[in-house]
Amino acid sequence: MVTMAATANHIEVRDLRLSYGMKEVIHGISFDVRQHEILGVIGPAQSGKSSLLRCLNRTIDFTPDTHVSGTIEVDGEDVRKTGNVYALRRKIGMVAPLPVGLPLSIYDNVAFAPRCAGLNRKSDLDTIVEQCLRQAALWDEVKDRLDSLGTKLSGGQQQRLTIARALSHEPEILCLDEFSIAIDPVTTMRIEDVLKELRRHMTIVLVTNLTQQARRLADRTMFMWKGEIVELDTTDVIFSEKPKDQRTRDYVEGIFG
Amino acid sequence: MNALPASSRFTETPAVRRKLRQEALAKWIFCAMAAAMVVPLLLIVGYLVVRAAPSLNLEFLLEVPKRGMTEGGIWPALIGTLYLVFISLAVSAPIGILAAVYLNEYARDNWFNRVINLAVINLAGVPSIVHALFGLGAFVYAARFGYSIISASLTLAIMTLPVIIASTREALASVPRSFREACWNVGATRWQTIKAIVLPNSISGILTGVILQVSRAAGETAPVMFTGVVFFKSVERGDLLPYYLNEQCMALSMHLYTISTQVPGVQPSIPFATAVVLLALVVIVNATAISLRVYLRSRKKW
Ligand SMILES: Nc1ncnc2c1ncn2[C@@H]1O[C@H](COP(=O)(O)OP(=O)(O)OP(=O)(O)O)[C@@H](O)[C@H]1O
Ligand SMILES: [Mg+2]
Repeated sequence: MVTMAATANHIEVRDLRLSYGMKEVIHGISFDVRQHEILGVIGPAQSGKSSLLRCLNRTIDFTPDTHVSGTIEVDGEDVRKTGNVYALRRKIGMVAPLPVGLPLSIYDNVAFAPRCAGLNRKSDLDTIVEQCLRQAALWDEVKDRLDSLGTKLSGGQQQRLTIARALSHEPEILCLDEFSIAIDPVTTMRIEDVLKELRRHMTIVLVTNLTQQARRLADRTMFMWKGEIVELDTTDVIFSEKPKDQRTRDYVEGIFG
Repeated sequence: MNALPASSRFTETPAVRRKLRQEALAKWIFCAMAAAMVVPLLLIVGYLVVRAAPSLNLEFLLEVPKRGMTEGGIWPALIGTLYLVFISLAVSAPIGILAAVYLNEYARDNWFNRVINLAVINLAGVPSIVHALFGLGAFVYAARFGYSIISASLTLAIMTLPVIIASTREALASVPRSFREACWNVGATRWQTIKAIVLPNSISGILTGVILQVSRAAGETAPVMFTGVVFFKSVERGDLLPYYLNEQCMALSMHLYTISTQVPGVQPSIPFATAVVLLALVVIVNATAISLRVYLRSRKKW
């Protein structure tokens, strides 16, 4: 792993605008994500958090009639000009809000991404599968039934399977979009511990509706509202008595709207 | 909440009785209509089988028509129909399935793909006699295939193609989008996603759609009559490969029409027996489709 100065920027977003058809939902936002930090992203529904993530790994391309402008640089490379979008997506692990076990065996769920990338040696795959399932705190529950269907796991297990899958292509950045809405508090805490572990060698963007989750985990927190960044500062400041913006204070204190 | 006295909550008021009466009445009317569907089917099948009884045996299937088609069996027509169905679906199924995958998985919403969609929908609504004329012009004359099995099969293929495309698209669309998104998120291409997730989980629906077109291709008369099916062709009894593809052949639908209307003095049970065979073919095909679907659904993965 390349060691970089602790403050190096992993992602740089400049003047990003996104519209679905005629409706602009992100209105020119700029921010950085630093190497090996957890950036919490909070904000009410419809503020464009999920859309932002989809711009990062360019899965927004699959939604017809969208228009993106501005630049997003990952490790200095503009994602919208990259020659290999599949490599970009492997560099960024993405965990969607609802758990999705693919209709494949648990093993194949995790081995899917490496296989798509061209890795076929059984022993390599075995190693990756075990390592990712361990990292996602799922290995002990499923190690005896790796060939049963991923879709037949419980919701919380499927969410951890989704996380294992996101880790399986060895991403440098992990984006989680409200990963805890389908799982119970105990499992959530287990995954939060996993995230604390992962941040030692990964940059994490954590979109969450639970402001306390951002408070627990994030180094810096970004408050989005209606497609704009209201405030981005260290988590301590955002959750202290003195965030710069009144709206931030109202939101984190739960008296928003 | 206390508007009703507690004692009356579970007692039958006149309003409740009226509601229950209406409910019962509605149920009976709907049930009667559904049952009415079964009556014509039973009557058709019963009538046909009774009238066909004297001719229904294995000999009838294997024997060739005799004495100017007034006696004997239906072997050449049966085998001709199998030829036509098999070749037409061998052409239309791959094309239709691949086209549907394109339309459902790749096509963006632009004018070009809207034109394709419109073409598919309209082609599905074209009457079979028009397909017949088109096949005559395109395959028999323009492509110089002449009146032949090839021309007739291709005409049937064109006729079944839009329906196969529509049913395949429906099967593909039944695979949730979240599966595709999960694959795209980990860097899979569209094709890798289709191969690993979409096709394996929609194959039952796709095959069912294709199989149901067998009965349609077997039953149509006009398209094959114009392009490659004849009254009579002399064939060995029980010969499995009696036709060359550039020859004309016989077919069940056309044969039924001929012996019922064109040939005087046909043994009366023969047209009915022919109809029973045609019907049995359809039933067998549909039953196959249904059991395939049931089998594959029992292995459904989510
Ligand atoms: N596929 C789409 N087509 C059209 N509009 C969309 C689409 N996806 C999102 N939007 C719109 O974009 C805006 C931002 O949505 P987005 O999902 O990014 O919000 P969010 O911050 O993630 O909200 P939530 O907290 O509810 O998940 C919303 O107004 C939404 O209606
Ligand atoms: Mg969202």
